[in-house]
Amino acid sequence: MKSWRKIQEPLRISPIPLVFGILCLFGVAVSGKSLSFLLQEVVTRLARNSILVLSLLVPISAGLGLNFSMVLGAMAGQTGIIVMTHLKVPGMLGLLGAFIVSLPIAIVLGFVAGNIMNRAKGREMIAGMMLGFFMNGVYQLVFLFMVGTVIPMKNPDLMLPQGFGLRNTVELKYMKYALDNLLTVSLSGLVIPVATFALIGLLCLGLNRLYKTKLGQDFRAVGQDMHVASVAGIDVNKTRLSAVVIATVLASLGQLVFLQNIGTLNTYNSHEQVATFAIASLLLGGATVTRATVGQALAGTLLFHLLFIVSPYAGQSLMGSPQVGEYFRVFVAYGIIAGALVVHAWEAHRRVLSAAKRGLLDGETSRTR
Amino acid sequence: MKRLIESVGIPRLLVGLFLLILFALAGFQRLPVKMLISSALVRIGMNGVLVLAMLPSIRAGLGLNFGLPLGVITGIVGMLVSLELRLNGLVGFFFALLVGILLSLPAGYLYGLLLNRVKGEEMMVGTYTGFSVVAGMCMFWLLAPFNNPEMIWVVGGRGLRVTIPISHRFGGVLDNLGKFSVGGIEVPVGLLAFFAFLCLVVYLFSFTRTGMAMKAAGMNPAFARASGVNVEKMRILGATQSTVLGAIGIIVYAQSLGFVQLYLAPLMMAFPAVAAVLLGGAGTSRATVFNAIAGVTLFQTLLTISLPVTQSVIGGDISEVAKLIISNGMILYALTRKEA
Repeated sequence: MKSWRKIQEPLRISPIPLVFGILCLFGVAVSGKSLSFLLQEVVTRLARNSILVLSLLVPISAGLGLNFSMVLGAMAGQTGIIVMTHLKVPGMLGLLGAFIVSLPIAIVLGFVAGNIMNRAKGREMIAGMMLGFFMNGVYQLVFLFMVGTVIPMKNPDLMLPQGFGLRNTVELKYMKYALDNLLTVSLSGLVIPVATFALIGLLCLGLNRLYKTKLGQDFRAVGQDMHVASVAGIDVNKTRLSAVVIATVLASLGQLVFLQNIGTLNTYNSHEQVATFAIASLLLGGATVTRATVGQALAGTLLFHLLFIVSPYAGQSLMGSPQVGEYFRVFVAYGIIAGALVVHAWEAHRRVLSAAKRGLLDGETSRTR
Repeated sequence: MKRLIESVGIPRLLVGLFLLILFALAGFQRLPVKMLISSALVRIGMNGVLVLAMLPSIRAGLGLNFGLPLGVITGIVGMLVSLELRLNGLVGFFFALLVGILLSLPAGYLYGLLLNRVKGEEMMVGTYTGFSVVAGMCMFWLLAPFNNPEMIWVVGGRGLRVTIPISHRFGGVLDNLGKFSVGGIEVPVGLLAFFAFLCLVVYLFSFTRTGMAMKAAGMNPAFARASGVNVEKMRILGATQSTVLGAIGIIVYAQSLGFVQLYLAPLMMAFPAVAAVLLGGAGTSRATVFNAIAGVTLFQTLLTISLPVTQSVIGGDISEVAKLIISNGMILYALTRKEA
């Protein structure tokens, strides 16, 4: 009996990474791709995406759920990149400049997002998602119509021939690989961008450190129970606000690292899928709507991108069509989020029901919390 | 004056004013206003049913139905079956409706069962259920056993096309049914009558015993349960009705458009519909048929007229961006408002 529990315990904690790990291994086996190719791809994508996924952790700990409004951070980062590309600042200097430009924008946008979520307590996730869609419209308004008309700017490399609006794709020729190529180590053909991983490592340490500070403890307290936290003298709204601001700034940094690796900016699409992919990655690592760790973020990023790489090849060899694999990975991304939301809501619902059965609460009033 | 503003509501007032300015600009720029009104009428009828699909869901207490793509998908399958059988005209249209409705009934029932288990998170779960179903069905479109060469890729001979033209099958059957023109404005009678008929059905349903029970279950579940209403059952009924209307809605939409759009096209379809019903004055827990009609009229007229006007004034197509900002802003406004 005891030994059975020992086997079952790790499964119970995280069945999702296990299941998807097996799926990935299966995909790797049927993809027919060499291990060294896959390893290089995984290392590249881990460096590219980790910070975006890590940016989700703080709002989860503060009880705001999955931060769909991280798109705002990505937009701030892109704004910085556009400014620096316009000014033709090369390399690391350009990337730093982009970060400095995007920082105040990210803070302001995070402020807006945090206030909106404080107004929509209990439905932060849907409000965050709609805010992302809304700001996408504003972003398009600014860069498609206001640049060149209201905002004076002339640059035929970046702009449409009509004289206003940015091109759909902007080549980031000045800061491509600025961070990745700062320091690379080659291990028997495998190129590792050490500087990028150093930044990721620093961020992981910083996040773990944050939870030990007063602010980090406040996040946890607010995440556990807003009412208890406010009785204990914590300014709940302010704490939630700072969690969203931190997340937005980290997301903008993440998008900078992401884009310097990709090398081209899809002006109007680069940010759209950011939240979906990052959130799906985090959840694949075994995180839930209320609990997530640095380890889960990294493991999830690894799994999601391994799945992302092998899906088209596996689709090709299994179904004779790479497109099937491409749609499969989109399906996994959406499906895993839907699944996590269902499990989260279901458990909350069941907790309420069992509490009501024990006569602690009245079933209906407690539902709305 | 203040009471007037309150009863009309600030969003409607703003959009109404904006609309008036656009019409004035259109007249000033000598744009064909009559033609614009004609196409606005078509778009109202075309999108109306999808907006109407929000009502059962809101009334049963499930909130805004972001899971609309589920119904849309079943409607699309209905149309594909009709196309595969090479049916034409009204027969093709009604056969597509029949298959779509038959498929949407079990789909809506299952959706209702799911939503009953996730009380409080219906909107978020609905959104991502819709997304997952759309993405999952993409694989189905690629592998589906349809053989009509009008629908599948020429190269490879397998997999459905991204857009399938249907104008020679049942495209425009409702639009052209009894169409007449008054002083240069073309009125698509069949389309508007079909929408009006469904509005009437939804309106009359709210006065039946079941309709009343559903409304009670949505307004105050504890009270409804105490008076002997099976709240769970009513919620499932609301989800099912919403899904069925979604299926009918996309078929009406596609016959106006002249195309069936597959793959990722239905992904974002819920948001304009949600925005329209909110613009019409509905909230996340109350909605009337009038809200749906007013909303779709305001929203679609705005979209129709903003494209040519902005094009002639500033020389760029700002209507897509305006649609994004207005529809998502409207939803965001409703979500952050304290409901009375």
